[in-house]
Amino acid sequence: MPAKELSPIEIYKMLPGTNCKECGETNCMAFAAKLVNREATLEECKPLLEPDFADAYANLWALLKPAVKAVEIGVEENAITIGGEYVLYRHEFTYFHQPAIAVDVTDEMSDEEFNTRIHVLNDFTYNYIGMDLTLDILSVRCTSGDSAVFAEAIQKADELTRKPLMLIAHDPVVMEAGLKIVAEKRPLMHGATKENWKEMAELSLQYSCPLVAYASNDLDTLKSLALTLREYGIEDIVIDPGTQPTAYMEKNINNYTILRWDAINEEEEGLGYPIMGSPMAAWAVEEEDPVLNEWNEAVLAGILITRFADMMVIHGISGWSLLPQIILRSNIYTDPRKPVSVEPELVVMGTPNEESPVLLTTNFALTYYTVANDIENAKIDGYLLVVDSEGMSVESAVAGRKMTADTVAEAIKDSKVEDLVKHRNIIIPGRSARLSGEIQEESGWSVSVGPLDSSGIPSYLSEKWNPYPE
Amino acid sequence: MVKETKLNLPLSRDLLEKLAECQEIELDDVEIEIEEIEFDIGGGGGGFNTQMMQRMAFEFSVMRDSANRMVQMFGGAPMTAPMPQQIQPIAPVKAKPTQLIPATTTVPDLEYVGEVVEVKLGATKSEGGTRSVSYTIGGEKAPAFYNFHTKPKNRPVIALDVFDWPKVKLSKAVKMHFREVLEDTGEWAKICVDKYGAEMINLHLLTIDPLIEDAPPKEAVKTVEEVVEAVDVPITIGGCGDPHKDLAVFTAISEKIQGERLLINSVTLDMDIEKSGKLIKEYDNTVIAFTSMDVNKARELNRKLYDYVDKNQILMDTTTAALGYGLDYAFTVMERSRLAALKGDPELNHPLSSGTTNAWAAREAWMKMGPEFDPRELRGPIWETITGQTLLLAGVDYFMMMHPAAVKALKEMIDNLMNGANPTEPTDWVSIKVGGS
Repeated sequence: MPAKELSPIEIYKMLPGTNCKECGETNCMAFAAKLVNREATLEECKPLLEPDFADAYANLWALLKPAVKAVEIGVEENAITIGGEYVLYRHEFTYFHQPAIAVDVTDEMSDEEFNTRIHVLNDFTYNYIGMDLTLDILSVRCTSGDSAVFAEAIQKADELTRKPLMLIAHDPVVMEAGLKIVAEKRPLMHGATKENWKEMAELSLQYSCPLVAYASNDLDTLKSLALTLREYGIEDIVIDPGTQPTAYMEKNINNYTILRWDAINEEEEGLGYPIMGSPMAAWAVEEEDPVLNEWNEAVLAGILITRFADMMVIHGISGWSLLPQIILRSNIYTDPRKPVSVEPELVVMGTPNEESPVLLTTNFALTYYTVANDIENAKIDGYLLVVDSEGMSVESAVAGRKMTADTVAEAIKDSKVEDLVKHRNIIIPGRSARLSGEIQEESGWSVSVGPLDSSGIPSYLSEKWNPYPE
Repeated sequence: MVKETKLNLPLSRDLLEKLAECQEIELDDVEIEIEEIEFDIGGGGGGFNTQMMQRMAFEFSVMRDSANRMVQMFGGAPMTAPMPQQIQPIAPVKAKPTQLIPATTTVPDLEYVGEVVEVKLGATKSEGGTRSVSYTIGGEKAPAFYNFHTKPKNRPVIALDVFDWPKVKLSKAVKMHFREVLEDTGEWAKICVDKYGAEMINLHLLTIDPLIEDAPPKEAVKTVEEVVEAVDVPITIGGCGDPHKDLAVFTAISEKIQGERLLINSVTLDMDIEKSGKLIKEYDNTVIAFTSMDVNKARELNRKLYDYVDKNQILMDTTTAALGYGLDYAFTVMERSRLAALKGDPELNHPLSSGTTNAWAAREAWMKMGPEFDPRELRGPIWETITGQTLLLAGVDYFMMMHPAAVKALKEMIDNLMNGANPTEPTDWVSIKVGGS
């Protein structure tokens, strides 16, 4: 189904119009606006659940549902949702669910390797603008072909992690051996192929677990599988078009783009399911050095994050390759409707006195948090003057004339920092050095040019700063 | 066959009598459990009795109505299923498919009316210059690498940064590749082309900066001449960001070095657009129109340049922010510009340029972090690579880069996207043998 561009009016007309405020909004129009932005759910409108509005409810539900179905893997507080997307390009609305990253283990790995990998999955975390970025799913692959061995691996995996599982076994007998152990945790089953789909479909129904349809580099078979599974009565489907190594990047981009384009734009349904990708395909190529496999895997992951994957399986677990992946997906899945900026104001750091330094930064959230963290961690007492750069970083704000001598002088004046400190010496970011003369002229303050990166602030303050330069 | 009618209500006679006395009954903590209801719907001769089915469907809807009323009486939420408008014969239970339902994937049928203009960079001997190669970029008729619709007409081009100031601040992972040539701009350019595969040289004239050395324009001309001599690829001339000084330097260079179809980096809204524009036009050079992450500003600058410059002399740079430091903005502004161009916007249909080197502004690209993020020598270049390839997917045609490994990786990516190789045997990632076994 094409993702409809909805107006609040359109939705408003179908609501009960009682203005009862039961949803927490002041009136139905406000609730309609929230619905259009997917910030509220239909079920919050109690009158709509009355029998009289059953038709309206059904119609609204169809209008508001995402073009890509949201599929939940795992249970309760450990569950993760993938898919649930509405648009092809992020600026048309926003993307909702970051592609989940699954870490690969096999049932033939040594205990040490198996445990280490799960340990990384459990513990890897990176704090980025106040968010903890983590890894999401454990993918347990049967390479042994043996039910007992697979079952044992599943048992171990279940004991070692609370993250949702993906069970990978294309032999239905092996799959069932795994399901018998963890089915109540609702693992994702990988998967149904053109050979085994009937047995897998039965298992998916019997154990109520979501199921992957898989056909490598064959979109027609993939669609065929997805349609057949749905007809079979399976609702939670994930589609896997296979991922080819980097030499076939064009194929990858074609496959993922066509699948998502069809889900968003096609009138007929059939491909409106989360898409999974496997950057670990980069490990299928023999390289001189495994570092190259891991590099290519990160590159592949980067492409798939940008081009529509809702979930990815990776093998490499080095920090240098994981870091760009988790930050890229955080960036791409940031809501473009909301400016990533903080309030421009004077922030008090620690317990400053009238001799404490005054530092300047911009109101781009990332710049602000980075600078503020560095100051906080060094336990510096001072004032941080956040100038309104329309949410741009220092470098861009200077280049784009969003931060100028005028805006800085004005910020100094408005902040009333002159009542708080006796000196008149402001430290500006190294990347805005070119403004130093003009700021001095406009504000009447003397200007000290600070370090290029805020990690240098502590040593700068202890070595170079003097509130009263001659 | 007629079955005995059974009605078993486990209510005592006592209770029934008490109930009969009341007008209204309130029930607390009541649970109604029905384990199984068995219906015999066989007609006299077997098979479905449609009349009977319709009758039953009707009875069911009546039951549900009263059940709903009951639930509401007890203060609960009613059932939300839609009420049947009319009684329809019940369809037989859908049988599970026994074989795969055939399907064909729809290849998106896209119609784009716009087309990105083509811009030629550099000039060979036969074209009036001295370069051994020139490049044409742009010309797209579809979003980046929608190859199922249209293959890109031209290959994106990668330039390497060269600075005329040895004290330029470079990250350790970058500097190690250029340590020998920092003092010699010509040699620096040469190593980029010969050793690191630069397709163009992106020369930054930092020394002209009034805050650095304030070198006069004629010094800058000399530096450019050195580079022109040292390498035979097309050259980009980068200013220092001071609108007045840059224009003076660009003018001196354009007058002295003619016929090479240089790329002037850049013209901004706060420069003298008329003088800059006329300069580009008169000496038949090309220009990067630089704006800061704002589609409307990009439009405005292009519109102003059109008064003096031909469309096919303009690239647009809407600012590159590093992965983790605003890449999402940079990506979206570029993607929006390109999609607008393809939909026919006549003021945005220019090849896109990216200062991918900005990736190094991200501290994760160069900073010492915990051992779990080592080595920095990989973390930096992968940062630049992923910043670059993400913008490649937004439509960038011209990259200005820094680290040799990132250049190599992005070139490989472009190769793989342009060549369109199809695997003879699809990779089955599920059966990859990797890791201890």
